[in-house]
Amino acid sequence: MWALEINGLAKSYPVGFLRKTLKPALQPLHLTVEEGETFGFLGPNGAGKTTTLKLLMGIIFPTAGTAQILGRHFHDPEVKKQIGFLPEQPYFYDYLSATELLDYYAQLSGVPADERRKRIPALLERVGLADAGKKQLRKFSKGMLQRVGIAQAIVHDPKLVFLDEPMSGLDPIGRREIRELIQGLKDEGKTVFFSTHILSDAEALCDRVAVIHKGELRGIGVVEALKSATADQVEVIWHGAGALPAVSSLLKESRVTGDMVRAIVSTGSADLLLEKLRQQHAQLISFTPLHGALEDYFLAHTSDREEVKA
Amino acid sequence: MISRLSAISFNTFREAVRDRVLYNLILFALLLVASAPLFGEISIGLEKIILVNVGLSAISLFGIIIAIFIGIGLVAKEIEKKTLYTILSRPVRRWEFIAGKYIGLVMTLVVNAAFMAVGFYLALLMVSRGLGKDDAALLVGIYFIILEFLVVTSITLLFSSFSTPIFSAIFAFALFVIGTFADDLRNFAWAATGLTRWFSTAVVYLVPNFASLNVISQVAHGQPVSGRLILFNTIYALLYSAAAIAGAVLIFERRNLK
Repeated sequence: MWALEINGLAKSYPVGFLRKTLKPALQPLHLTVEEGETFGFLGPNGAGKTTTLKLLMGIIFPTAGTAQILGRHFHDPEVKKQIGFLPEQPYFYDYLSATELLDYYAQLSGVPADERRKRIPALLERVGLADAGKKQLRKFSKGMLQRVGIAQAIVHDPKLVFLDEPMSGLDPIGRREIRELIQGLKDEGKTVFFSTHILSDAEALCDRVAVIHKGELRGIGVVEALKSATADQVEVIWHGAGALPAVSSLLKESRVTGDMVRAIVSTGSADLLLEKLRQQHAQLISFTPLHGALEDYFLAHTSDREEVKA
Repeated sequence: MISRLSAISFNTFREAVRDRVLYNLILFALLLVASAPLFGEISIGLEKIILVNVGLSAISLFGIIIAIFIGIGLVAKEIEKKTLYTILSRPVRRWEFIAGKYIGLVMTLVVNAAFMAVGFYLALLMVSRGLGKDDAALLVGIYFIILEFLVVTSITLLFSSFSTPIFSAIFAFALFVIGTFADDLRNFAWAATGLTRWFSTAVVYLVPNFASLNVISQVAHGQPVSGRLILFNTIYALLYSAAAIAGAVLIFERRNLK
């Protein structure tokens, strides 16, 4: 069963005063997320990531399309007992303590009182706030608030967790803490859907990612596959510096150390290079396709060039 | 559902209490007690009538002001600060959110009124050197003030479900003032003819009738309030509030919370 199935969800807003026209914030989106998967929803600021999450949470209503969450219609209140949500740059009731806040949210999610009493201290411990449970949230730092945010999203032990830019605005330590919490959710077998524009986080945590830009899905796939899709270079290492003049026209760059040559060549020229090295009786040491970074894929699908094509 | 409603209403009440609104009102109640002997100095023989008029009017006015100024932010603040996002992503229906907020604010106003009523009765005790049977009738006046709170809170919530806080405050306060002159408006409607009569009659029925909820002058002069009026006013306030809350829910159910 899909944890999340988005079928053509779209959102437009009317703009203009007298002659209103519809401005699309999200083009019809089709997307599926498997149970237990950690899914990254990537895109630059204003791409439509938050709009998608707001639609899924029932905060705004779609212009078209529908979605299924854990096999039920996304507006079904029963579904919401099994999902958790952390909004972007969250603000919580600052007159409450962390314990009171979690108790309030757990009550809204239908967690019985005795269960709440057991679960909340354990959860505060888990997010590293065991000593701050009685402190009012107005005294919390941004990193602490983000950890409370994660705690409120999982206080009712949901199967699927949606996180909107969970690392945004945090320092490197804060980011690492949140990354570890997400990794923990992943290890527990929960499905995690998180939006981000920080690619290293997505690369470290996600099984699959989707790239969205200007409200339009630009690409989707397994992280490794997307990275290799951008790879068009091969690293070749051989013994026999004497062969270099015969192949130098094929190489993008090369470095000679004693008799050993390390060269970079485009994938298209790799076969010809190997043929010439054989003719020159050079001894092949290694042949390694170079994987691109997720950043390359992201930039390729959100650049102006791509927009012109689209 | 009950658990969610009580959680939202209790949190609304807790927010108001921690905003120190109550402390200001307790201070007001104490000031009223402290100033009680002054009434005797100013108006010999009329001190009790004046104290009842001033005391009950103050309870009413302070409550209305709090109802409007907290009421306009009940929904708007949750949208602006995005706290509503974490509520609506849970199994909370939008109507439950509105109803919970309403109950929470009414709870706050009732507690405020209770504190001020205690202050008022202490002042009365000092002026009258004791409380009589007639003074229990003043509780009817306080009960009607609470009915006023039910109506004012509901119309404030209705306006805040689609308007900005500042406009909600203006609309709600304007409606309160017009409703205070509901009797004059009715007399005008009966005297009018043609389209004016039709229009003013419609306004009479639409505007909340705060005139009939105001029995302060009556109880201050020791005149009894009929059981029929108590029953009718109770039903009227409950129905009017329910209609306004239903309107707020209808609007809020369809609203995109950007």
